[in-house]
Amino acid sequence: MVELYILLIFMIIGAVIALEAKDLLSSVVALGAVGLGLSMTFIILKAPDVAITQLVVETLALIILIRATLKTDLPFSISGRWFFNTIVVVSFVATFLTVAAKCLKDLPVFGSPLMRVSATYIKEGLLQTGATNVVASIILDYRAFDTLCEATVLFTAVVGVMSIVRRTGRKKENQVIEENDEQ
Amino acid sequence: MSSKERQTGMSVIVRTTARLTVGFILLYGIYILSHGHVSPGGGFAGGVIIALSFINLMLAYGKDTALSKLPKAVTSFFENLGALILLSIALLGFTGGYFFLNFIAKGEPFHLFSAGTIPLLNLAISLKVGAGIFAIFVAFVLLKYEPEKNKKE
Repeated sequence: MVELYILLIFMIIGAVIALEAKDLLSSVVALGAVGLGLSMTFIILKAPDVAITQLVVETLALIILIRATLKTDLPFSISGRWFFNTIVVVSFVATFLTVAAKCLKDLPVFGSPLMRVSATYIKEGLLQTGATNVVASIILDYRAFDTLCEATVLFTAVVGVMSIVRRTGRKKENQVIEENDEQ
Repeated sequence: MSSKERQTGMSVIVRTTARLTVGFILLYGIYILSHGHVSPGGGFAGGVIIALSFINLMLAYGKDTALSKLPKAVTSFFENLGALILLSIALLGFTGGYFFLNFIAKGEPFHLFSAGTIPLLNLAISLKVGAGIFAIFVAFVLLKYEPEKNKKE
């Protein structure tokens, strides 16, 4: 359990560095370190499927972030109300920690009460679906309808992005496209 | 970019590394997705890794090379094909009873061809996710310069 706390502290430090870094590139790299720590946390909690997905998606999202935002100038707005901001942040964090400490006290130990549904999945999953990976048998057989809806969500996202790009893409056809990315 | 010939992309080191590793990344993605029902992994992660190999190619060699390997029309075709495979497998379950019925024979566990429709669904999801994420990435790359131009007008 000690390594879990070390990883959590590492992730908090990475998040603070990502917020405070002046350079956009180092901020994005620190965010990638946070994602890596989260992936290792999932491995310690014995969820390799989630760990693989987290690592891959975090890496890919990171590259997209770098590629899409590195050359554009984001204006840094540092207002002078640092006293007010600090008080708001401290009070919010204090409230959150107090409420969380009261809520999480009644939480059962990690993985201790095995629910009826999950017990059925673990016992009958191999016999009923033939898949040795329980996660695959759940997300693609017992709960396949959820996966279909998730695919629908991704499809909608792609359609949305493409419909935004399409307008500017039409405008670009008349102009000469300058090849000044990647130098 | 000191040479006269037109050369988009990053430096020689990045290009050489990308050329050597892109095939392995693609193979690893195919392994992850095809063994999703036997070992950890699955369609989502495999599809994202496959998309990542093409994105590597685009980052190293510029967008023309990557778009010539995988054009936009092919990307949208694969996206739609994945959705259609997913939905048609789900609808074929009605031949035996209900939606998403696992209607193919289960086979022996721990074999590649086992678990009925689960590998096919993994394949469909990986096609859909990989093509979708690659399409989003291409969209971001093509989108980038528009706000500045609108400001000047």
